[in-house]
Amino acid sequence: MAPMKHTLVALVEDKPGVLNRVANLFRRRGFNIESITVGHSEKPDISRMTIVVDGSGASVEQVRKQLDKLIETVKVQDITSESIVVREMALIKVKATSATRSEIMQIVDIFRANIVDVSMESLIIEVTGDEEKLDSLLNLLHTFEIKEVVRTGRIAMTRGSTTTSEPGRKPVSTEE
Amino acid sequence: MKMTGGQIVCDCLVKEGVEVIFGILGGAILPLYDTLPQFPQLHHVLVRHEQCAAHAAEGYARATGRVGVCFATSGPGATNLVTGIANAHLDSSPVVAITGQVARRFIGKDAFQEVDITGITLPITKHNYLVRDTSQLGKVVKEAFYIARTGRPGPVLIDVPKDVFQEQVEYHAPGKVDLRSYKPRREGNMSQIRKAANLINQAQKPVILAGRGVIISGASEELKTLAETAQTPVVTTLLGIGSFPESHALSYRWLGMHGMAYANMAINGADVLIAIGMRFDDRATAEVASFAPQAKIIHIDIDPAEIGKNVRVDVPIVGDVKAVLTPLLKLITPTQHGDWLKQLDIWRREHPSTDIRDASSILPQYVVRSIYEATGGDATIVTGVGQNQMWAAQHYIYNKPNTFISSGGLGTMGFGLPASVGVKMGRPDATVWCIDGDGSFQMTLHELATIQQERLAVKIAIMNNGFLGMVRQWQELFHDKRYVATPLWGPDFVKLAEAYGIPGIKVRHKDEVVPSIQKAMAHDGPFLVDFGVEPEENVYPMVPPGASLVELLEAPKKEEVVWPR
Repeated sequence: MAPMKHTLVALVEDKPGVLNRVANLFRRRGFNIESITVGHSEKPDISRMTIVVDGSGASVEQVRKQLDKLIETVKVQDITSESIVVREMALIKVKATSATRSEIMQIVDIFRANIVDVSMESLIIEVTGDEEKLDSLLNLLHTFEIKEVVRTGRIAMTRGSTTTSEPGRKPVSTEE
Repeated sequence: MKMTGGQIVCDCLVKEGVEVIFGILGGAILPLYDTLPQFPQLHHVLVRHEQCAAHAAEGYARATGRVGVCFATSGPGATNLVTGIANAHLDSSPVVAITGQVARRFIGKDAFQEVDITGITLPITKHNYLVRDTSQLGKVVKEAFYIARTGRPGPVLIDVPKDVFQEQVEYHAPGKVDLRSYKPRREGNMSQIRKAANLINQAQKPVILAGRGVIISGASEELKTLAETAQTPVVTTLLGIGSFPESHALSYRWLGMHGMAYANMAINGADVLIAIGMRFDDRATAEVASFAPQAKIIHIDIDPAEIGKNVRVDVPIVGDVKAVLTPLLKLITPTQHGDWLKQLDIWRREHPSTDIRDASSILPQYVVRSIYEATGGDATIVTGVGQNQMWAAQHYIYNKPNTFISSGGLGTMGFGLPASVGVKMGRPDATVWCIDGDGSFQMTLHELATIQQERLAVKIAIMNNGFLGMVRQWQELFHDKRYVATPLWGPDFVKLAEAYGIPGIKVRHKDEVVPSIQKAMAHDGPFLVDFGVEPEENVYPMVPPGASLVELLEAPKKEEVVWPR
């Protein structure tokens, strides 16, 4: 199977050092993290991580199992093949003079992005969407000189009423 | 009840049934040691290097099936534990290590004897803790034992700041452990078990490959029933030795780089491979691309992450070996595999693998065989790592679980002597022989002091060949005999033992081998025998690196050059 980007969602105990355990696991086993985001979940002591990894099906399955093996991991799911909503946010500081400002604002409008800071020589644009949308906005802005970019990395959620925090552990997929 | 952190730790250890602790104290862990006299149930064994505390705890764990416990202080005490913890991690041994840490207000300040031991041991522990809240200490200790011994066992480290040991808090013994994020699965999936049974029932050339998981699970009886019902030959991994009696008619002993040629051939010819409680280590499989090329593979293991990690698997079953074999056995129809077993017996006749040639010098194989005969096969053998280990595995016949105790995954030279300390503490009535090499022995020989201090009747056999023998063998076979850094000077081991108050004999003639072993056995206490063995003896069979299991080198006939061919 050809390598492709997989989206894993991990529920982990909200305890000190958990992110370190996850990062260490990826480093130690030579798995590549494309992006990782961590934050509180809807449950008080549980954090939800969205991890994007590059690899073949078998190697990502190995990543999933190794992640699941960490004592403080409650559950890990590979939601790549499910119907999901994917978002990423970026803040982009772009050079903007009185000559270019209105043109940039038009582009921002088309992308339904927001301008969150204005100065004499620059703008900060806040944009949310999938990676493709962010990439194409960045492409267009390049002509105006991008000064700084911050991206959050992917967060993802399955569509419909099912959630990734449903109780019980997902059966080992090789057993299906 | 108000108790100090130190008292809480000791109280928890007692409640876990701990009787022996291996360790060395120091500043940060002193308050814990200070409370030990209040808990006379806990016997502390003072080792001479913290690495040996972890090895001894592992030896104890393997000998008893219980959790082994070791203590070390902060900084160098903790870092010295690292090799021993890694060993326990790779061989799935339940060990709880408790380290002292600098007081909470000093953490992160590069204080005297401060290291981030939880960070350092992150990839070599099953789990670890830094306890900053004394009220959590009891709960953490209880969890640590639970995690160490359940599921796939492994080492758990608890790092405790000095002032946590000293602080007094209200303490209630912790209740049952319930971790939502850790629920090891015992029972296998029934539909998978049915699939496995179908494969086994239809197999023409089945082979069982049994690993240490069988021993850990206590499933030797179930394994035997499976083998006998389905008339299936059993091959073990190195660490699976003893999971199935090697003198049983269906035993074809063990496979791998230095395993029996006929065991490797059995795997190679199998149409169904039933791999039980093992992890397809590269020393067991040899070149993995050509491993068991004709076989459909059933893999039973408690660790889901092992399934499909190294070898493609047709029927994976995640679960405890015993809990999987019990329902599986009900689905197995009694079968005969006469032709297949006949073929295996032909291979065994043609490639005996453990024949010992006639020699006037002392062959290490002959020493092991003599120990086997002198002990009636009833001893527990603890080994170093290298040639000594392979000869001990090949030429002693093991019929009971946990009678061959050796460092498999990590291959830690120096494991033998400290592990013997733990084994003998755990099984005081067993005959314990430490079969070691002169190189391996010199890595941890200071444990002679521990043996003497505890008056442990460990019998030590040193295969003294003046080389780091296994590496020398590689140099001979693959590096044109360039013996770089393998010739090894050693002290007079008998005088050395005497300096520790331990009697010994130096054996340099073949006819002294058997009497010296008998003398060692007759002596009431520890005894060392220094066998001057054939210096350039090789371990055969050997699968060269990169070759498949059956492309192996066998012991050369006289004058025959085996490599390069």
